[in-house]
Parts: sequence; structure tokens; C-alpha cells
Amino acid sequence: MTGLEVRDLTVRYGATTAVDAVDLDVPAGSLTAVLGPSGSGKSTLLRAIAGLEAPSSGSIRYDGHDLARVPTHRRGFALMFQDGQLFSHQSVARNVGYPLRLQHGLGSRQARPADHERVAELLELVGLAGYGDRMPATLSGGERQRVALARSLAVEPRMLLLDEPLSALDRDLRERLAAELHDILGRAGTTALLVTHDQEEAFAIADRMAVMRAGRIVQAGTIEEVWHAPVDSWTARFLGYATILEGQSAEIIRALVDPTATWREVALRRSAIRLDPTGPLLATVTSARVTPEQLRLDLDVEGIGALPGVAEPGQVVAVGEHVRARVVPDRLAALGPDRSAGTP
Amino acid sequence: MTLRGRLGVGALAAVPLAVLVVFFAYPVAGMVGRGFWPSGGFDPGGVLSVLDRPRVHRVLWFTVWSAGLATALAVVLGVPVAFVLHRLRFPGAGLLRTLVVLPFVLPTVVVGVAFRHLLSPTGPLGALHLDGTAAAIVAALVFFNVSVVVRTVGAFWEGLDRRAEEAAATLGAGPLRVFSTVTLPGLLPGIASAAVVVFLFCSTAFGVVLTMGGLRYANVETEIYLLTTQELDLTGAAALSILQLVVIVVLLALSARTRRAPTLAHASAQARLPRRRDALLLVWTGCVVAFLLAPMVSLVLASVDTGDGWGLGHYRDLQTVGQGNALLVPVTTALWTSLRIAVVAAALALSLGCAVALVVSRRWRTSQGRRLSTLFDGAFMLPLGVSAVTLGFGFLITLDHPPLDLRTSPMLVPIAQAMVALPLVVRTVAPVLASIDERQREAAASLGAGPLRVLLVVDLPVAWRALLAATGFAFAVSLGEFGATSFLARDDHPTLPVVIYQLISHPGETNFAMAMAASVVLAGATAAVMMLVDRLRVGSVGAF
Repeated sequence: MTGLEVRDLTVRYGATTAVDAVDLDVPAGSLTAVLGPSGSGKSTLLRAIAGLEAPSSGSIRYDGHDLARVPTHRRGFALMFQDGQLFSHQSVARNVGYPLRLQHGLGSRQARPADHERVAELLELVGLAGYGDRMPATLSGGERQRVALARSLAVEPRMLLLDEPLSALDRDLRERLAAELHDILGRAGTTALLVTHDQEEAFAIADRMAVMRAGRIVQAGTIEEVWHAPVDSWTARFLGYATILEGQSAEIIRALVDPTATWREVALRRSAIRLDPTGPLLATVTSARVTPEQLRLDLDVEGIGALPGVAEPGQVVAVGEHVRARVVPDRLAALGPDRSAGTP
Repeated sequence: MTLRGRLGVGALAAVPLAVLVVFFAYPVAGMVGRGFWPSGGFDPGGVLSVLDRPRVHRVLWFTVWSAGLATALAVVLGVPVAFVLHRLRFPGAGLLRTLVVLPFVLPTVVVGVAFRHLLSPTGPLGALHLDGTAAAIVAALVFFNVSVVVRTVGAFWEGLDRRAEEAAATLGAGPLRVFSTVTLPGLLPGIASAAVVVFLFCSTAFGVVLTMGGLRYANVETEIYLLTTQELDLTGAAALSILQLVVIVVLLALSARTRRAPTLAHASAQARLPRRRDALLLVWTGCVVAFLLAPMVSLVLASVDTGDGWGLGHYRDLQTVGQGNALLVPVTTALWTSLRIAVVAAALALSLGCAVALVVSRRWRTSQGRRLSTLFDGAFMLPLGVSAVTLGFGFLITLDHPPLDLRTSPMLVPIAQAMVALPLVVRTVAPVLASIDERQREAAASLGAGPLRVLLVVDLPVAWRALLAATGFAFAVSLGEFGATSFLARDDHPTLPVVIYQLISHPGETNFAMAMAASVVLAGATAAVMMLVDRLRVGSVGAF
């Protein structure tokens, strides 16, 4: 059970190299996310794995078998598109039953009783029991994506490929569906590869992550590994770290959290600086904004300069006020070549 | 819509509607009326008895089967070509797209001459013994209409999201299954509407059947012509006109039902490079293109074959009136007449067509408004199917006395041609206008733009290519129009197609050679215009 192994894969469109010598592993049974900004080549990578783009060089293997000469429809990788790509001329049940009818060969137009059950089961799994007779056009965006998921699962794919499955949905729905997707895929025991530009989506669904930038994989590992130790400042910013400090500013932080370390660059999340009357940092509040979870502040920290920070939501803080703050060690990540010496 | 808006649309609709009534409905009704009131008294029995004539049965049967067969062949030949030219990207694809659309605008007389030359006993394909057969007529009909299938189906193919096919493939469907379960259902509306329109064109074909059918084969259209001009049997002609009108209204209603505007997309967005499995389709396309080129190439070659080597002798003859004074004016004079008339006709068709397109492309909120708009749209499609002969003859008998005496007016021919080109202008411009997001207009209006300003800043930047393309299209169609013009052109001011027909109707090798040279000139002119039009890359040109 080795799953997917991509080695040295390059895909070119004319003069542009969309995917550049990529290595990627998706262990069987895992949920791996490829996270990258738009234009980073992540969708092309996914399409190459599905067999929809011809690689210029490199290999794609699954369980040790080379897929170079295997056409898309024989790979057993169901691809779920950003907008679902339901067949608009077929009902929900016929959409979900489509792969089942394919398995019975050309002659069978009629659905078999066993298929009916399987379709009902799948619709139940995605929380759309009883939607079988609806037409795709009558569904909401979220419902369409669930139908697309059910249809993909009907293939019993060796691996499920998800291309920004939730990006087209609004925030509320996205969060709910992401959690459901994680559960459904876990329950079905499906190996899945997800590409997305949304780190929240990746965190919510996946357990492994690869960060892609300009056609290359810059970092890969478990979610925790990547999260706690971004490989460089670009990756840190992309993962949602608010500020990158280097030089003297970084050293001030280092002296506070880990005086023995030698790193010279650090990425801070907004919540890495927290107001604390006994804290070692002196700062002036330049702005304060209330959010449901916390008080968001902009601070002018002595010796460092402008830094975002937070305070308890109940706390009263006025602009211009002089305050003290502390550094929360697990809300920052050391960067650069020496980072391993002092990773918090 | 506000009251002012509604009044505006009403005024916009009124002008073309009035023109349609005066210059289309009135003449056609006049022609039909002659049949019902043959000698002043109402006599419907005469019309009905016409339908009992054995000759009429023969004509009807020939019309149906030749048009049906030609439609089936055009679809079979055209659909694979639509895929190759609209879904694959390869050097020369653009040129081929232009080439394929050319036959549709070629003057029918030219095509008749080209096929007759190709198939004549001494011609390049004389050995097939197809000269004067029904097979030759069907081949010519297919020649004309393959482009309609390619354009219409191609537009649908470009609008299909390739990812739906990819989704099916990743669900385990092989290429054939993907085609039959995803692609074909998406194309069917396009194929159906193309087939209806092609059947419409084939069953009302005039120039081709007249020049190639001789006395043996006649369809309803040429029969109407024969009955009116040769036998002066207006009752018979009226009966056939009515029958044709009924069939056409049914077909147009059918086409309105099947027609769904394709999603407009850019040809390149969905195109991919050919793969090995496309080889068969590429070969198929090559054969179809060869079939489309053969008559034209042989025509061009024959026109420069002076009997003792190559030369432009036949072209020099175009400055004369032909062997045995076949013509009243030199061919070159007729060419200038044609060009002048085409300019006026194109301008007329464009201004009327724009008004119609603006009205039918508006999105109506109420079902009543939508129904009215569909009806309005359908009314302007009528000239597409109604016998140009009926129209031409109707002009003659209704517009030659007060209140409208246009018999000697130089506007008569341009107006008739504009009516013929009008549906094509509407079909080119309306889909483009309809593709503009209504919210763009609303946004402009909310920023303070009045209705005219909205047209200028929202509609015009998107639609100007379509307008230009429609103008060229109307110009080309008008240049080649033969059916109505053959009735209306004054003897001393004939158009080029009329002159070509006169040349082939007169005996003499020189006259036929001149007809070929004149056909090349006419084909060259329309081809040049269509090439310019095609450079504008408006997907809706020639699509229905």
C-alpha cells in the first residue's frame, strides 16, 4: 500500500513551465492537500495525475505501477471539479449512478435495483437523502458539490482528486462542508489529494500538506510539521503568519522565547503578541478593533516597530495608551537555516 | 421596465415591423391573394384543386426527399468537421474555418454553374454521368449547407465546458462513452436547430435547382417560378406558396423550440492539439474540404482555359454583351450595379436588423413579454424560408400601383434583398447582445448613464464586431441574391447573378465561358468580403 508517487514531474504549456520537477507522495489512506496561490501550477499537477495533461517528463506511479500509458478513464482516480461539473441534463440520481452504469457496459440504460440502493446510500452519506429526482439546476452550490462528491465516491476510486472543492461556496458553508468532507472521506477510507489556495480549507480537510509555489513543491509533510516550521518567509506568509521579522527585531524576540537558539528570522501570527501587564515588551497602541474572539490591536513596540497584537475581548484599551505585552511562543515559527536549533 | 423604457422598446420595434409589413407581408399576401381571387371573386376551390395535380405531387415528393437527404448528408458530413475546426488547434484551422463558411454565401447561380461544369460530360467528373441527375442537385444542396452545420454545431461545441467531459473520463467513461453520454446531449440542440434550418434552406432552394434541374427536376420553389413566369398560372403558384408558407411556419416554430443559444466562447479557450486518435476525423475533414473546394477550383481553372492554353480571354469578354448579344449591358456594368445595390441593401438590413436584435435580445421579466419577443423574433425569421420567388413576384404585383408605386424606383431591388438578408443580420447580432450581462447595463445606468449612453458604453464595445460582421454578411448575401432579384431587376440594370443566369440560358460556348468567368468574379467578391468578416471572429456568423 504505497499510494501515489510522483517523481520529477514537469508539465509545460508551450514556453511556460506550469509544473517544475515536482516530487509528491500521497500515502494510501491519507488526505493530502497541495496548497498554493493561483497560478502556482497546482491544478495542472492535479490534471496531470488524472491523465488530463501530458507530462513533459517525470513519472506518476500508483502502488508501484507506472501510469504513463494509462488513459484517464482507466486510472481509477475520480476528479471533483471546483464547480462540480454535474451533467445538467441528468437528474441527481442519474448523475450519481453514472459511474455505476458505466461499469455495467454499454448496453444497460436501465438502472439495476442494486444501483438504486447504492445511489440512495451515497446520497445519504453526503446528507442529501431524497434528492434523487431533482435536477442539478435546482440545487444550491453546496448541494451540487455534495452530489459531485457522491458521484465521485460511486466510482469507489483508488484515489479521489479534489480541485478546490469548496472555493465557490460562501464562508459558512465552506467551513461546515470542509468538516463533513473530512469525516466522509475518513469513513469511506478513501485516499484523497486536494488542491486549494485556501489554507483553512487545507487544514480542515487534510492531514498531510505540500506547499506549491511557481510550479515547485517548496515544503511537504504532515499538517503540524508544515504549520509549525514553514520553510521560508514566503511560505510562512502564505500559511497565514501576519509578520516576518529579521535582524535586530528577530533577535529581541529570540532573546525572549529561546535565548540559546541561533535563528535570525521569525514569523509571527497576530496572536503571538498578547497584552500582559507583566510582559517584557513596551508598546503604544495605534489602533484597536473588537472582534468576537479577541481584541485586535496594532502596536508600536519599542525596539521593533509596528506589530499586530491581541488582547482579551473584555479588556479596555485606548488608542495612544502605553501597554506591556508578552510573546506567546507557540504562535510563532523560526525561519531560516538555523531554525531547527530553536524551534519552539 | 419603466413606462418610458417600454415606449422606447415599442418605438424600436415599430419601425422594422412596419417595414416587414409593407415590404414582406403585403407583397406575399398580395401574391397569395391572386391565387384565391383569380378573377376578382373569391375562389378557394381552384387553390385546393391544384394540390390534386400529379405534377404537383411529383414536385412535392422531390422537394421533400431531396431536402431530407441533403440535410442528413450535411449533418453527417458536418458534425465531425465542426469538432475538428472548433475543438482542435492546428496551423491552418482558421483558414479552413473561413473556407468552410464560404459556400453558404456563394451565389446560388455560381454554384449551379460550378457543378454543371464539374459534372458536364466534358468536365473533370464527366465520367460519373451525374450531369442533370437528382444526385447532382443533392450534392449541390449539401455543398451549400455543410457550413451551416459546421458553424452552428461548432458554436455549441465551443460553448460546451470541456471539464464536463473530463469529469466523465475520471469517473471511468472511455472516449466513446464520454461522447455519447456527455458531449452528444450537449450538442443535440445545436444539431437539431442546424438540421431544421438546413432542411428549410434545401426545401426552398431556388438558384441551384433551377440551373441544375433543367426540366426534369423541380422543387416547390422552382415550380412557383415556372408557374408564374412561364405558364402564368397564378392560382397554382399561390397554392404552392401557401403550402410552403405553412410548412415554413411549422419548421420555424420547431426551430424556435429547439434553438437554445449556445454559450458564446472563444474558439481558442477550449481548443487542444490534435492527438493520434483524431487522425480519422482529420482525414474526414480533409475529404469534406476537398468536396467543397472541387467545384470552385474546377470553375476557376475552366474560366482561364481559353481552349488553346491558359489566359484571361474570358475575363476580357466580360466587357462585352456576349455571343449573339445575349445581354443588354456588359457584365462589368452589371457588377457595378450589383455592388451599388449591395451597399444600400446591407445598410438597410443592418439598421433594421439592429433594431430587431435590440428588441429580441432584451430579457423580459413577464411571460407575456417573453412570448411577444419570441413572436417578434419569429416574424423576422420568415423571410429566411418564404420563397424569394413569392416575395419577388409579390413585389411586382403589389408595389406597382398607388399607394406604393415603386416599380421604377431604384430602391426596389435593395429593399427586397435587405428583407432576405435581415434574418441573417438578426441571427448574427442578437446572440452577441444577449450575451451581455444585464447587470452591466444596470451598473452603467446606476452610474448615471441614460439609455443611449448605456448603448454606447456597454453594448457597442461588445457588439461592434458583430455589427461589422453582420454588415459584411448582408453585403455578401445581397451580392449573390438571385431569387427575388430575378423578378425585380430592370432589364437595363441587371445584377451580376441575373446576368450569369442569362448567359447560361443562351446558347454558345463563349456565353458559358463568360458565365464561368463572371461566376469567379462574383465568388471572389463574396469570398473577399467573408474573409474580412471572418477576421472579426464573431462566432454567431452563419450559425443558427
